Amino acid sequence: MATSSSATLSKTVKQQYMELPQGDKVQAMYIWIDGTGEGLRCKTRTLDFEPKSIEDLPEWNFDGSSTSQSEGSNSDMYLMPAAMFRDPFRKDPNKLVLCDVLKYNRKPAETNLRITCKKIMEMVEDQIPWFGMEQEYTILGTDGHPFGWPSNGFPGPQGPYYCGVGADKAYGRDVVEAHYRACLYAGVDICGTNAEVMPAQWEFQVGPCEGINMGDHLWVARFILHRVCEDFGVVASFDPKPIPGNWNGAGCHTNFSTKEMREEGGLKAIEESIEKLGKRHSYHIRAYDPKGGLDNARRLTGHHETSNIHEFSAGVANRGASIRIPRMVGQEKKGYFEDRRPSANCDPYGVTEALIRTCLLSEEGDEPAEY
Amino acid sequence: MASVSLSSRLNKAVRQQYMSLPQGERVQVTYIWIDGSGEGLRNKTRTLDVEPQTIDDIPEWNFDGSSTYQAEGSNSDMYLVPVRMFRDPFTQDPNKLVLCEVLKYNRLPAETNHRMNCNKVMEQVKEHIIWFGIEQEYTLLGIDGHPYSWPTNGFPAPQGPYYCGVGADKAFGRDIVECHYKACLYAGVNIYGSNAEVMPSQWEYQVGPCEGIEMGDHLWVSRFLLHRVCEDFGVVATLDPKPMTGNWNGAGCHTNVSTKQMREEGGLEFIEQAIEKLSKRHKEHIQVYDPRGGKDNMRRLSGHHETSSIHDFSAGVANRGASIRIPRPVGQEKKGYFEDRRPSANCDPYAVTKAIAYTCLLHSEDMEESEEENIPAM
Repeated sequence: MATSSSATLSKTVKQQYMELPQGDKVQAMYIWIDGTGEGLRCKTRTLDFEPKSIEDLPEWNFDGSSTSQSEGSNSDMYLMPAAMFRDPFRKDPNKLVLCDVLKYNRKPAETNLRITCKKIMEMVEDQIPWFGMEQEYTILGTDGHPFGWPSNGFPGPQGPYYCGVGADKAYGRDVVEAHYRACLYAGVDICGTNAEVMPAQWEFQVGPCEGINMGDHLWVARFILHRVCEDFGVVASFDPKPIPGNWNGAGCHTNFSTKEMREEGGLKAIEESIEKLGKRHSYHIRAYDPKGGLDNARRLTGHHETSNIHEFSAGVANRGASIRIPRMVGQEKKGYFEDRRPSANCDPYGVTEALIRTCLLSEEGDEPAEY
Repeated sequence: MASVSLSSRLNKAVRQQYMSLPQGERVQVTYIWIDGSGEGLRNKTRTLDVEPQTIDDIPEWNFDGSSTYQAEGSNSDMYLVPVRMFRDPFTQDPNKLVLCEVLKYNRLPAETNHRMNCNKVMEQVKEHIIWFGIEQEYTLLGIDGHPYSWPTNGFPAPQGPYYCGVGADKAFGRDIVECHYKACLYAGVNIYGSNAEVMPSQWEYQVGPCEGIEMGDHLWVSRFLLHRVCEDFGVVATLDPKPMTGNWNGAGCHTNVSTKQMREEGGLEFIEQAIEKLSKRHKEHIQVYDPRGGKDNMRRLSGHHETSSIHDFSAGVANRGASIRIPRPVGQEKKGYFEDRRPSANCDPYAVTKAIAYTCLLHSEDMEESEEENIPAM
C-alpha cells in the first residue's frame, strides 16, 4: 500500500480529542535541523502562558546522540528559540518554534548554519537584500516509489504534467492545497504553488523575505510539508534526482535582489553580481547542497532545464544557464536575478549567505572570509 | 486491516449522536485502580446525583478482587478509596475520573497498593519540598502484537531517523500522541511535554514537576488516559521495557528529582550527596524499579542503547550511559535536579518515588533498627 497505516487511524476520533479545551496551557513545538543538515526533528512542551514574542520562549535541550549530533557520553545539546509561528496542526494558541542548535560548549552545532548567516545578513542590512526561493519536491508513497505512479512502473513521459489539471496529470494535489493553507495560517510567507514537470513533483515558493527570514521561513515551510504529508500518509522527498533517466530533478531556484537592483538602472548592479558569481562557481556549488556538491552532481547535467555542474553560465530567459535574468528584468533594466543551481535539499541559510558573501561583500576564492 | 481492533471501526458518528445527549443533573464518575499485576489498570463507572466538587464528595466503593488477581472468590470484596479526582476527557464535563487506593477486606492495603506507604514517606519529608518529573516511554502495538505500522512479519530500517522525527516514514501513530496530550491537558494531568523516541512506533511523554505523592497519582492517571485513547484508535500501548530484542531501544521511566535545597544556590552539593547515598543502595532500588523485582529490567539495562548496566551503579554529567545523569545546565549552574535513568517503563511510580525519597532524605547507615521500623521499609 502506498500510504502509511497511521493515515488510516480514525480522524473523527482524533477530531474529538483535538477539540478539547486546554485552559491556560499552551503547547510549543520546538523544531530543529539534525546532524544530516537535511532532516528536521521536533518535540513539544507545555507552557503556562501564551508566548507573544520569541523572547518569551525558554531555552531547552535534547539528546544529540540520537540525532547524529553528539556522543552518548556527552549528549546534551541546547535549543535556542529563533523564530515563532502559529501551529496549523494544533491551532491557536499553540506555537511552532524554529530553533538554533548549540553544542555542550555553547558553540553552534556543525549543521547550524543559521548563526553565521545571521551575522553576514546583519553586515549588509542597509542594502535590504530580498530572497525568494522556489522549493521543488516529489511526493513518494511509503514504498519509496513516486506517489500515483504505477507500482513497479512508470507513467507516460513528461509533457502534460507541468501546471496540469486532471486525475491523469496531477498526483496528490490535496497535499499541496493543505500545505498552502497551513503555511498561510502559520504566518509563513508562501507566495505561490504549481505542479511541476515530473508527475508527483510539485513546487511552492516562499518570499520575498529579507535577510535571515528567508532561511527561517523556508525551513518552517519544509517542516509543515513533512507534517502534512505524514497526516496524509505519504512522504515528501527533497532529493535532487529522485528518478534517474528522462525525468526532471528537483531544485531550489533562488531569486535575489538588493535595493539598488530594484531601483532605476538596477540592471547594472545585477550584472556586476553575476560577474562576481562567475568567478566563484565551485565555492557556490559546495554550498548549494548538504554534501558539498555530490547531490547536485546527479541533477545538474545540462539537460532537463539545468545547467552543467562544471560550467558557469548566465543569460536572459535562459533556463539552461546557471543564472537566469527574467525577460521582464532585461526589459525594465531593474529587478532581480535567479540562481538556478541550489539543490532542492540545500540549506537556505547556506545558500543565502553564499550569495551575500560573493555579491555584496565581494569575496573571492574557494573559502569564506572570516570577519 | 490486521493491526487495528474491530471496536475502533465502529461508527464514531453514531457514537457521537449518543454522547452529545444531555444528562440532566446526574454525573458519571469512573473509578480507576491498579490491579493485582501491579501494572494493569481497571475501571468501572457509577452515577452520582450531583457533581462532586472535591474528592471528599466521592463515596468509597468496592469490587470483586477475585477477578483482578487480588483476592479469593470466597472472600473477594475489596475496597476502593477515592484519592484524586480529574475531569473526564472521554465523556467530558461534568463527568469525572477518580483514582483510587485498593484495600483488602481487613482495610489493610492490597499487595500492589504502594501508594499508602509512599504517602507516609512523602509526609515525613514534606519540608524538603521534593519535586519529581517522570519521562514515560511506551511502544504502540497493533492488535496483532507487532509494533504498530511495522511491516507485517518484518522490520523497519534501523534506528537513527526516528527520534523526534517527522514524516510518514519516520513517525508512526502521532494521532495517538496528539490526542493523549490534549486529553491530559483537559483532565488536569500535569503533562510537561512529548516527543517521538529512538525506536519507530515508540513515544515518550513527561509528567511533572509534581510534589511528593502527586507524582504517582498523575502518572498513573496519564497511563489510564493513554490506554483509553489507544483503545479508541484500536491500537495498544505497551509499557514493556524491552518489547523488541536485538538492536532496538528499550523503554524506561527516567525519573528526575530535586529538593528545595538542590534547586537553590549551591544545590549541586546536595545533588552529589544524594547520588552518593543512592550509589550505596543500588540493589535495593533495582528491586523496586519494575514490578518483578528487577527481572523486567534485566532485559533492558544492558549497558547499550543509552542504558547503564543493571549490575553497576554509575553517575555522570550529560552521560546517557550512566545510572544517574546530571543534566549539563545543572553541572554549569551548580544547582537544579538529577535524573535516575534506571526505572523501567512499567515501574510503579509510587514505589520509585518512595525509594528515592527514602534513600536520599530518610535513610541513614547507622540507623537504629527501631527507628527504621517507623518508616515503611523497602
